[in-house]
Amino acid sequence: MAPDGNMTNGFKVVGTRPKRPDGIDKVTGRAKFGADATAPGMLHASIVRSPHAHAKILKIDTSKAEALKGVKAVVTRADFAEGLTGENWNILENVMASDTALYDGHAVAAVAATTALGARDAAKLIEVEYELLPHVTDVDKAMADDAPVIRAGAADKSVPEGLHPNVVRYHESGHGDVDKGFSEADLVVEDSFKTEATHQGYIEPHACLAQLGSDGKGEVWCCTQGHFNVQKVCAALVGTDSSQIRVTPSEIGGGFGGKTVVFIEPVALALSRKANRPVKLVMSRSEVFRATGPTASTSIDIKIGMTREGKITAAQGVFRLQGGAFPGAPMEFTAMCAFAPYSLENVHQVGYDVMSNRPKQAAYRAPGSPMAAFAVESVIDELCNKLDLDSIEVRLKNASKEGTKASYGPKFERIGLVETLEAAKAHPHLTSPLAEGQGRGVSCGFWFNHGGETAVSLALSEDGTVAISVGTPDIGGSRASMAQMAAEELGIPYESIRTTVADTATLGYNEISHGSRVTYASGLATIKAARDAVKKLCGRAAAKWGIDEDAVVWEDGCAKPSGPNAGDFEPLPLAKIARSMGRTGGPIVGHYEATPEGAGVSFATHIVDAEVDKETGQTKIVRYTVVQDAGKAIHPTYVEGQFQGGAAQGIGWALNEEYIYGEDGRLQNSGFLDYRIPVASDLPMIDTVIVEVPNPGHPYGVRGVGETSICPPLAAIANAVSNAAGVRLTELPMSPPRILAALDAQANG
Amino acid sequence: MSMIHVTTTVNGDEVEFLCDPRETLLDVLRDRLSLTGAKEGCGTGDCGACSVTVDDRLVCSCLMLGAEAEGKSIGTIEGMADGEALHPLQEKFIEYAALQCGVCTPGVLVATEALLKKNPDPTETEVRYWLAGNLCRCTGYDKIIRAVLDTAADLRKAS
Amino acid sequence: MLRQMVEVNLWSGLKAYTGGTQKVEVEAKNVGELLRGLVQAYPDLEPTIEAGVSVAVDGRIIASSLTEPITPESEIYLIQRLKGG
Repeated sequence: MAPDGNMTNGFKVVGTRPKRPDGIDKVTGRAKFGADATAPGMLHASIVRSPHAHAKILKIDTSKAEALKGVKAVVTRADFAEGLTGENWNILENVMASDTALYDGHAVAAVAATTALGARDAAKLIEVEYELLPHVTDVDKAMADDAPVIRAGAADKSVPEGLHPNVVRYHESGHGDVDKGFSEADLVVEDSFKTEATHQGYIEPHACLAQLGSDGKGEVWCCTQGHFNVQKVCAALVGTDSSQIRVTPSEIGGGFGGKTVVFIEPVALALSRKANRPVKLVMSRSEVFRATGPTASTSIDIKIGMTREGKITAAQGVFRLQGGAFPGAPMEFTAMCAFAPYSLENVHQVGYDVMSNRPKQAAYRAPGSPMAAFAVESVIDELCNKLDLDSIEVRLKNASKEGTKASYGPKFERIGLVETLEAAKAHPHLTSPLAEGQGRGVSCGFWFNHGGETAVSLALSEDGTVAISVGTPDIGGSRASMAQMAAEELGIPYESIRTTVADTATLGYNEISHGSRVTYASGLATIKAARDAVKKLCGRAAAKWGIDEDAVVWEDGCAKPSGPNAGDFEPLPLAKIARSMGRTGGPIVGHYEATPEGAGVSFATHIVDAEVDKETGQTKIVRYTVVQDAGKAIHPTYVEGQFQGGAAQGIGWALNEEYIYGEDGRLQNSGFLDYRIPVASDLPMIDTVIVEVPNPGHPYGVRGVGETSICPPLAAIANAVSNAAGVRLTELPMSPPRILAALDAQANG
Repeated sequence: MSMIHVTTTVNGDEVEFLCDPRETLLDVLRDRLSLTGAKEGCGTGDCGACSVTVDDRLVCSCLMLGAEAEGKSIGTIEGMADGEALHPLQEKFIEYAALQCGVCTPGVLVATEALLKKNPDPTETEVRYWLAGNLCRCTGYDKIIRAVLDTAADLRKAS
Repeated sequence: MLRQMVEVNLWSGLKAYTGGTQKVEVEAKNVGELLRGLVQAYPDLEPTIEAGVSVAVDGRIIASSLTEPITPESEIYLIQRLKGG
């Protein structure tokens, strides 16, 4: 059996870099993504969306569309379940508007026809009569007294009296006495920051193929981060039982949080029920931008006090998050992550969840944390500059470590922030010379990570190979890492194991692939399922040898007698036990079903060099280094890939990406031409350093790695750009016009 | 609307199809010829996930009409491997983990193969600019660029 | 069976439901009993707890396991349930 707990060596398969099992499918075009499935008799669907930011729906006339040749079904809100409450009501309201369109792109009707072009033609024939209502899309304006109310009564009881009804949730946390702390500081810096909404920008638009009969039995094929959640939500929204809907996840062409949400599957099911035929529904890129989850936009105030020696005496932050037309902007995580890297005696944070006429925000890689880090780490940089202190040393001096009372309350277990800072300090990047016009920035970042419901099954074949079924869609190479962990436990080759992401009928409920939970939770479940199988294998060997089960151990893929009275028997390899399992007690399957609760929080430190052209305002990232604590890297290449991907997304967020709304409340850049994600020529190579401070909550020490990598970039780049330009940038993205405006303001001011 | 009859060559095989004049080449490949390797990421020629070659020229198949394929020779990702032997680029992409979700991969590979045919010894900057029309949201491009440069070096050695 | 009281730190936004206190005591030997105890003592907390909270026990964040044991010495914080990306 593999070494347990807090080990960084002694592994045979874990920590190696085998080829991914989905590799050949993905390089040959065979891999089947959401839009790649078809079914006999399949119809194509199209959704009618509101062109208005806020409007009462007076009338929907579908008669012309229904009269068009080839049209088989039209649905509006009346075709979905009634009487939903709570979050299900919110989801349905977002999937299909009832009496009010709440944002540009809000779905109001849908149509299915025999061809995709026919469905699009029919959608144009659906006539919707609107009465325009006043709208608001900016977070600060949405909180102002004169802002139109998005939905009266949406606020919960946490909101103090006197705030605008668009403020729907409120958070406050912290400890100590910040006023006292500020009075002890030699310097207090206070600043305000804004970040625009960005989109997860996965290249594969949402797509599904769905069938639902009048008996309530349905099938869904879709690209999602969580097919069990799709099953649950679809059943509620179309009014059937969860167990009657079977959801099979396709390969997923990127998600980053955006595919944790259900948008189109219930619509396809409702159309299918009406037409009694399978329905395929694929979003256009414009629909993805207009109607699926961008991040929250933010408005943030930060105040931090520091002594001349670099000790932080107090920190406070106010975080206002605009989350679109529904409650749920992750302001509590923004607040809780903001100061988590630092050991603070006095800290206070306030969060506001603010509604506006924009699409409902969705999770995007460490939701809420990058914006907080941007604001906080910018102020820390400013303090370092003004007090002439080294930015890494100041962070080390204040760094959270095991036993530190976190800014959000509890004490930290074993964490690796100091180790990432030390590794950054030792990295040649930090001391390399900068050219004219270049600036360097560093930043720390923090994310919690998550466990969640997890079920894994591990079945032996008679030839001694193994099939693992997991319920978490593979969004970062997890089929490979699961096979590695099982190979480690079972003592058989990686190549003898195949991991499948199983449908909802095969396993117990699995929470969504989110919160950087998969390698941690499904990994832990795979290890435990393998150990369950090993126990059974040892039992078969004991029976064969006629000795006690306790006298059998599992080593190097074999059952071996152990202990003084076990006797002397030839080791029994897995394949040999498997071959006879039908005659020795039946199939051998290992299981694990539980909610693992030992997710380990993770920290990163990034270093970046940026070059700013003061004539044009253009910024070029010239060097980038990611240092992050992975706990234990199961497949180091994929860990590097997560580090690099997070950094690249952060670079886009910092420099280019933003939702641009016109005065009319319509999204003006709903395509990749105007919403510019980083392209190959924008980026340098992204260097990575994997730090391994084991998570005590995982048998091998794994921490989630997927999300933390996007926490530091916004701040690190803002610090680099500000140091290069000689002026502090406080708004994202730091696009050329913003940089020029900041330079002008400084020159004039 | 009446359909158009088109005769063309795809990955060396002659094919015929009927299509609506409004259908793109990508629609035809995916929906009529069941070649779903090319993906629609944007439909506006910005993401490159639908990259194919038409008479050896790299194009976004979402920007060309299906009817325009008449008499042309189309190359798609499905034609890249030679039987069970993968193209060296395909091998190297797997070895380098130059893909994560894999949805941009067919387009990136088709575009890269076209680059190496024109320029067997590209610099890192040339690779980055050539692939600037192929969006990848997962990898940060690092491992893709390394895989391309290393394959190019291997191919030069082999030739 | 001995009664076991534990101290629970709430986030201060919850003070509106507990008559202004941020630190409360309930009788509990595991996370499930703790959440039930909180609702019993402060019924206004029910919607928040039903909507999903996590409990940090000695720094470890417990999202769903109601059987997770706690002792009078445990450091306990109620925090919002995590949603990741």
